[in-house]
Amino acid sequence: MSGTVGIVMMVHNALDRATQVARHWAESGCPVVIHVDSQVGRDAYKEFVGGLSDLPDLKFCKRHRCEWGTWSLVQASQTGSELMLETFPDVHHVYLASGSCLPLRPVQELVDYLAERPRTDFIESATTDDVPWAIGGLDAERFTLRFPFSWKRNRAMFDGYVQLQRRLRYKRRIPMGVVPHLGSQWWCLTRRTLSSILEDQQRETFDKYFKRVWIPDESYYQTLVRLFSTNIESRSLTLSKFDYQGKPHTFYDDHLQLLRRSDCFVARKIWPHADRLYQAFLTDEDGAMKKAEPNPGKIDRIFAKAVERRIRGRAGLYMQSRYPVEDRENGATPAPYSVFQGFSYLFEDFVPWLAKSTGSTVHGHLFAPKRAEFVGGERIYSGCVPDSAAMRDANPKAFLTNLIWNTRGEQQCFQFSPRDLQDLNWFIAKDPNASITVITGAWVVPLFHSNLSFIEIRKEAAKLQKIESDHLDVLRSPWAKARVRIMTMAEFIEAPMEPLQTIIDTIGPRNNLRTLSEAPKMVDLTGFGKFLQNLKNQGMHPHLMGDFPSGDHIAQATAKPRRPYLVRK
Amino acid sequence: MGIRLGALASYRLRLERQRWRGRAFRKRRDLKQVSVRTKQIKKDDIIIFSTMRNERIRLSYFLRYYRELGVNHFVIVDNDSDDGSREFLAEQPDVSIWTTTKSYKKSRFGVDWLNWLLMKYGHGHWTLTVDVDEFLVFPFSDTRSIKALTDWLDASAIPSFSAMLLDMYPKGRIDALPYRSGQDPFEIATWFDSGNYSISKNEKYANLWIQGGPRARSFFLDSPKNAPAMNKTPLVRWDRKYAYVSSTHSLLPRTLNRVYDEYGGEKASGCLLHAKFLDTFGAKAKEELERGQHYANSHEYKAYHAAMQENPDLWCKWSEKYINWRQLEILGLMSKGNWA
Repeated sequence: MSGTVGIVMMVHNALDRATQVARHWAESGCPVVIHVDSQVGRDAYKEFVGGLSDLPDLKFCKRHRCEWGTWSLVQASQTGSELMLETFPDVHHVYLASGSCLPLRPVQELVDYLAERPRTDFIESATTDDVPWAIGGLDAERFTLRFPFSWKRNRAMFDGYVQLQRRLRYKRRIPMGVVPHLGSQWWCLTRRTLSSILEDQQRETFDKYFKRVWIPDESYYQTLVRLFSTNIESRSLTLSKFDYQGKPHTFYDDHLQLLRRSDCFVARKIWPHADRLYQAFLTDEDGAMKKAEPNPGKIDRIFAKAVERRIRGRAGLYMQSRYPVEDRENGATPAPYSVFQGFSYLFEDFVPWLAKSTGSTVHGHLFAPKRAEFVGGERIYSGCVPDSAAMRDANPKAFLTNLIWNTRGEQQCFQFSPRDLQDLNWFIAKDPNASITVITGAWVVPLFHSNLSFIEIRKEAAKLQKIESDHLDVLRSPWAKARVRIMTMAEFIEAPMEPLQTIIDTIGPRNNLRTLSEAPKMVDLTGFGKFLQNLKNQGMHPHLMGDFPSGDHIAQATAKPRRPYLVRK
Repeated sequence: MGIRLGALASYRLRLERQRWRGRAFRKRRDLKQVSVRTKQIKKDDIIIFSTMRNERIRLSYFLRYYRELGVNHFVIVDNDSDDGSREFLAEQPDVSIWTTTKSYKKSRFGVDWLNWLLMKYGHGHWTLTVDVDEFLVFPFSDTRSIKALTDWLDASAIPSFSAMLLDMYPKGRIDALPYRSGQDPFEIATWFDSGNYSISKNEKYANLWIQGGPRARSFFLDSPKNAPAMNKTPLVRWDRKYAYVSSTHSLLPRTLNRVYDEYGGEKASGCLLHAKFLDTFGAKAKEELERGQHYANSHEYKAYHAAMQENPDLWCKWSEKYINWRQLEILGLMSKGNWA
């Protein structure tokens, strides 16, 4: 099969690069037709033409004024294609490219590849139901509404007119036989298909219709090719990645290795100052274009990740360019953490015990009034977070989210009590990463052991009970998303092993379930029942502790657990 | 996007912006030309705007760093230097320099002077407003020039780019290693705080207010509200209608401050590595204290001065050693956004 590939090139800026690429195509034996946007000034155009005048198989076609999203782009490609088909009878495939496209493989490979597939049209073409990309939510409506206003220059009118048409349920009629398809505007069509499109009797009807379609360069050929082609391969030979705004990603020098691994023939768009890329792919054919093992998936992943980062971001991160409003965080914190309320009052050595049994980082009361009690009494912790209460209290949410962010990959546990700063109660309760275990009423134990006068104790107890009670309302609210477990002190003391085992099972390493071999040491509660009864007698009702018998037998009940627990299997 | 302001609030901000611009216009008289090469500035040039005083030792590296990054021109206000800074800058082929003996404080710490020069020379250009001890890193800044960034910002219709201030410090006494002219300051000040920044939103200007870092944890433990602001928006595609409000922390119109996403996504951002804590700091703090020309009666400098005499070591065991921008991105201090 003899013949060659013609390149129709659309140019509007970076003319020096366009010159380089056009020359490359032409010198590799491909006829080139160039369309230059008529917005390019006369001098620049003259210079551009002059720089390529030595190439016999390179023509310039009539110029149109091009604007993104409008019919003018289709018109330009039609004019270019017509000139191409007419002037170069040897051309069997026409490749539509832009001035910022760069061939990634030797041109001969492309020519051979197409020569082996003489009847195949390479054009991405999918029905509107099947494409996920759609700017401004317009996909099917591109074909049924009218778009007389410029999206770039007159956005308000554009949007308003779309709204109006929607409200009036206006719909344009699609010409008979036309099934709207969309796809990348960079195609490669056979002479037969392209000339059928351009020479069709109905072309006038089609053109008239597509003139008013939104972004017709993504749908004109993509739709009409379905009427004429016998063999469509629905993909573009041009590597082109789009971001979430529908704007093409740009390739830079540091993408060189990535581009070598692409399986596409041409890439767009290339940053005009990417000297190394132009150098590598245009002048050093033998060296740079040596076929590396194609790995197009890697390119896809990098750009998909960029879009993901822009739209969803990293969960639990608060920083200068990501500061989500409440409930739009896509994860308020980056990793699971656990809050324990009451345990440190009931057990003398709960903190070291928990650390030992679970292998996680266990802090004291991070929100204590005097300072943040970091593990091991550190004055400053991971990420250089100081233990200053003033600093923490100035922005408690930042304090917590910083800590969890800085220690990603390491489970954090901390103690909490009604004596601590309560500002984050809602934040933590709504966070699915939090698990909160509360022994209600245990805050009274330090009062029970204290030397305060009973009047002071009564007052303090009433205050703390109110605070904890409010916190429990938060934890029990329907908006709470944290894993919450609440038990009264009485319930817990009766059977402490089961909740302790649960804690270890849920925090410790998942695949390595530990059994509890050693229990923490419970504080002395002799006379506790009487103490509660005294509070009641004073008129303060300590209801959060649950039911404790008022007699002395509480002392016996609590004497027992002071021996280490042994778990029977 | 974002919260719409009522007509009255928006009108007030407009008046405020006009006030700052008017003030900048009046303060233009403070400035005396030394060596002005602004005719050289070409259409797409990227320009630095800066004020400085007695920074001769820092200038060589400052110019080199930003020339290599792709900055085309420097517009500098010299505030009465007597160490040869002015003469040195006047000789540079890509620097335009003005000088003034007027009060730094009364020009709102140089903001009025720079607003004027930005208005006059920045219009239509990408402008980078930084101090001579601030060094911009942005995503891919080790492989792409600043022009690649601004082209991408243009294509994405983003008019302003944030780069939070990151205080860098040495391990040990900050005066242990002397800084030599021309040297990369981050050979000495290699360390930074990675995760103690607290953010709140300023509802009036819609900018984020970021505090934290070694200064906050060393000097402002008990008065965190007084800790210096670390948020900065130094890179702006300038229009003569714009104005910086306080330093480069906030701008008007306030859409320029919306450099962050509020729905969970990440916008692209960079960092300004801050080479303040070198051996030069002690003398500088003393000088600034005596002149009393700094923000809020120089209370910041007072605090430094006091603390520095006791124990001038900002390093702690959680300090992070600087490697490159990728490290800052992983730590969550900056983001690539959707630039890839």
